[in-house]
Amino acid sequence: MIKKFDVVIVGAGGAGLRAAVEIPKEYSCAVISKVFPTRSHTGTAQGGVCAALSNMEDDSWENHAFDTVKGSDYLGDQDSIEVMCKDAIRAIMELEHMGMPFSRNEDGKIAQRQFGGHTKPADMNDPYGKRVSVKRACYSADRTGHVMLQTLYENTIKNQVTFFSEYFVTELLMEDGVCKGVVAFDIATSELHIFQAKAVLIATGGYGRVFRITSNSHAGTGDGMALVYKAGLPLEDMEFFQFHPTGLWKLGILVSEAARGEGGILKNKDGERFMIRYAPTVMDLAPRDMVSRAIITEIREGRGIRGSDGTDYVLLDLTHLGKEVIDDKLPEITGFARTYLGVEPTTDPIPIQPTAHYAMGGIPTNVNCEVLLNEDGDIVRGLYAAGECACVSVHGGNRLGTNSLLDLVVFGRRGGKAIHEFLKTASFGDLNENAGKETNGTIKKLMDSKGSEKISNIRTELQNSMMEDCGVFRTDEGLRKMISKLKELRERFKNIAVQDKSRVFNTDLVEALELENLLLNAEATVYSAYARHESRGAHTREDFPVRDDQNWMKHTFAFWKEDQDPELKFKPVVVTRFQPMERKY
Amino acid sequence: MDIQVKILRYNPEKDNEPYYQDFNVKGVSEDWRLLDVLHEIKWNYDSSLTFRRSCAHGICGSDGMKVNGRNRLACALLLKYINTKKPIVIEPLPSLPIIKDLVVDMSSFFNKYEVVKPYLITNTPPPPDSERIQSNEDAEKLFESAKCILCACCTTSCPSTWTNENYLGPAAMLKAYRFINDTRDEGADERLDILDTPDGIWRCHTIFNCIEACPKEINITWHLSQLKKRISSREM
Ligand SMILES: Cc1cc2nc3c(=O)[nH]c(=O)nc-3n(C[C@H](O)[C@H](O)[C@H](O)COP(=O)(O)OP(=O)(O)OC[C@H]3O[C@@H](n4cnc5c(N)ncnc54)[C@H](O)[C@@H]3O)c2cc1C
Ligand code: SF4
Ligand code: SF4
Ligand code: FES
Repeated sequence: MIKKFDVVIVGAGGAGLRAAVEIPKEYSCAVISKVFPTRSHTGTAQGGVCAALSNMEDDSWENHAFDTVKGSDYLGDQDSIEVMCKDAIRAIMELEHMGMPFSRNEDGKIAQRQFGGHTKPADMNDPYGKRVSVKRACYSADRTGHVMLQTLYENTIKNQVTFFSEYFVTELLMEDGVCKGVVAFDIATSELHIFQAKAVLIATGGYGRVFRITSNSHAGTGDGMALVYKAGLPLEDMEFFQFHPTGLWKLGILVSEAARGEGGILKNKDGERFMIRYAPTVMDLAPRDMVSRAIITEIREGRGIRGSDGTDYVLLDLTHLGKEVIDDKLPEITGFARTYLGVEPTTDPIPIQPTAHYAMGGIPTNVNCEVLLNEDGDIVRGLYAAGECACVSVHGGNRLGTNSLLDLVVFGRRGGKAIHEFLKTASFGDLNENAGKETNGTIKKLMDSKGSEKISNIRTELQNSMMEDCGVFRTDEGLRKMISKLKELRERFKNIAVQDKSRVFNTDLVEALELENLLLNAEATVYSAYARHESRGAHTREDFPVRDDQNWMKHTFAFWKEDQDPELKFKPVVVTRFQPMERKY
Repeated sequence: MDIQVKILRYNPEKDNEPYYQDFNVKGVSEDWRLLDVLHEIKWNYDSSLTFRRSCAHGICGSDGMKVNGRNRLACALLLKYINTKKPIVIEPLPSLPIIKDLVVDMSSFFNKYEVVKPYLITNTPPPPDSERIQSNEDAEKLFESAKCILCACCTTSCPSTWTNENYLGPAAMLKAYRFINDTRDEGADERLDILDTPDGIWRCHTIFNCIEACPKEINITWHLSQLKKRISSREM
């Protein structure tokens, strides 16, 4: 069935919903989401969304921009970072005006707290001297993402946006470098629909599910990135995947950095506050890549704690904060520790380990969310991307906490605005009569297959080996191993069987399609990591331990090639006002 | 350990009506979530078993279901809190049409949510470059109701919903509370009018099933009673 909309937005998380709110009513707009909108991953975000509001102490957008550039290990494009940090204050006010419930300070303004990597100069007259942590993260207890997602969804209801919930997008309709729509199937009925559109915005979130230990939802399989990749368009900087230092041991469920922002401390088995040795000034509030490496190093050097199942962890100690702070400011995450590990955070430290958390890389776009065709910056007509699936790149090699929720609302809105502008002159093109045939074929093949491979086995093996060989620390040997593992898994995937043959709500089929996407995203990640012979941000090569600005101040662009290794190309980093410096905290 | 699980199955393509199927699940441990058990079954016993889930830690609201007679989130319930000596009985949320197995049609639930105008209503424009002022005390009054994850555990456990499918139900009215008591909102009257109708708040007989069911431990009836008071005082 063919449906026609001026705009199709794929994804109903923070980025997709914010974009939807921006499309004026005179244009028809459909939002497609594989889960009901309020089930989107944005709702799990806990800690905050940042802007230099100066509600608690003096701050400036320039401080914020400097931190973001430094946090990115100088891989972030500074023009995009300036756009985001300048617009941040307006974006937060807008959320407040939309009705988002924030925690407040004594003056009734939005309250702010500290977060990793957010600093300001200790002495205002010495802007590049010693820096101290600053209260920049706006929050709503530890449910910031939840109330933000609810607020945005509420605003789409007010604006009467059309939703296609529990529809799974399988294919981009690309013809001659122009995007003409998407193909989706209705999960409830298995019926295929062609959504013809003048403009498509992809806002499908991240792919943390490619790793065994992750904070990401089951839906976090990076479908949008994989669709774009398979359509022959590049994926940028996929080697940069953030591991958050504090996931609940074994489960990966996130304990927000807000816990350390409020004063929580990391300790090893000797009870030592080990971050003193790794980041003497900001300690536990150093950026995530550094803290995750520190934790793994402690464990490797025998200072972790061995758990009942033979895996290791370190401790996050909140006991000194007192019951009141814990109950008021961190109710949700301390609840997780109680429910899932049986630990009482007011009296006992919480066992934690690094957890795969955030994709810095993704679909390359310019600051107007237009998707790039190549490393020269040419754009794909009619195709936009925003949110975690996109790479603008504001996060570079390592994202600072609270910068993602900000990214969603700043670039979600910019994407919506750019599309509005585009629609003034755009028209529907002709659709190729073969549109949808490919998805039809893929699904038929999966459903008819009598193969012997199990979806869950391939997925588990992928997640285990990605954790092992493409995780916090990487080596040439490990990545080679991972490359051959991927080849093996891709072969085996051809022999996969969808055992549920029903056409009604077939989640077995959904999992098969998601697995293919995970394999595609893993491919782009591993090959990009293999090629980057340096350590920068979250990408740590033990065989190339230092950052190499001479050769690697550039973004990786990976292109999919059928039955071949992907092709890698490179695009220089945009540097405006901040020259690369050594990254010390 | 091994456990017995009894699941209500239904596939409209081949079943005339729902039936129970028993699974003997091997090698589980007491720190597993019930969701892990469902995954174990789906991934290693029967891939056609169908349920919704996403976040796996009680925040997205996808996996409300009835477990041993009580509405729960499968991902927020650990085996150690269930009696595993007896078979664990898992059924879809009651009173909503079953689509397949544990997946129910939530449209009536979300329609009711939309009825209460779940968005900020204001006539006074906000200050152009800054936030509206609200005391932290006033903000925190909204937090408990704003915590709701729209899982429908409460509404589908409410006896008044079972007897009258048009009853708005606790989740929708809790959402109304969240806006009516927001100092920034000016739509209280419109919403109170909606609640003060035959299918509105007066159908709540304070039976407390909803509180029992709420995985976020929201004191729903307290919020509803505040709304009742507000309506009564308005009429005075
Ligand atoms: C536990 C946790 C805590 C976090 N805390 C913070 C924080 O405090 N501050 C911060 O700034 N960031 C935080 N982050 C990061 C941030 O929450 C995410 O990066 C962000 O929410 C991603 O939003 P999004 O809109 O890009 O995508 P998502 O919210 O992931 O939404 C993706 C959407 O795409 C849809 N979709 C995906 N694939 C398909 C498909 N094939 N067909 C149809 N629809 C599809 C989904 O249904 C969904 O609606 C946190 C992340 C995690 C995991
Ligand atoms: S207290 Fe009211 S809303 Fe809750 S279950 Fe009882 S009748 Fe239903
Ligand atoms: S009030 Fe509780 S039970 Fe009801 S929908 Fe909200 S979270 Fe679920
Ligand atoms: S899976 Fe999200 S609430 Fe259970």
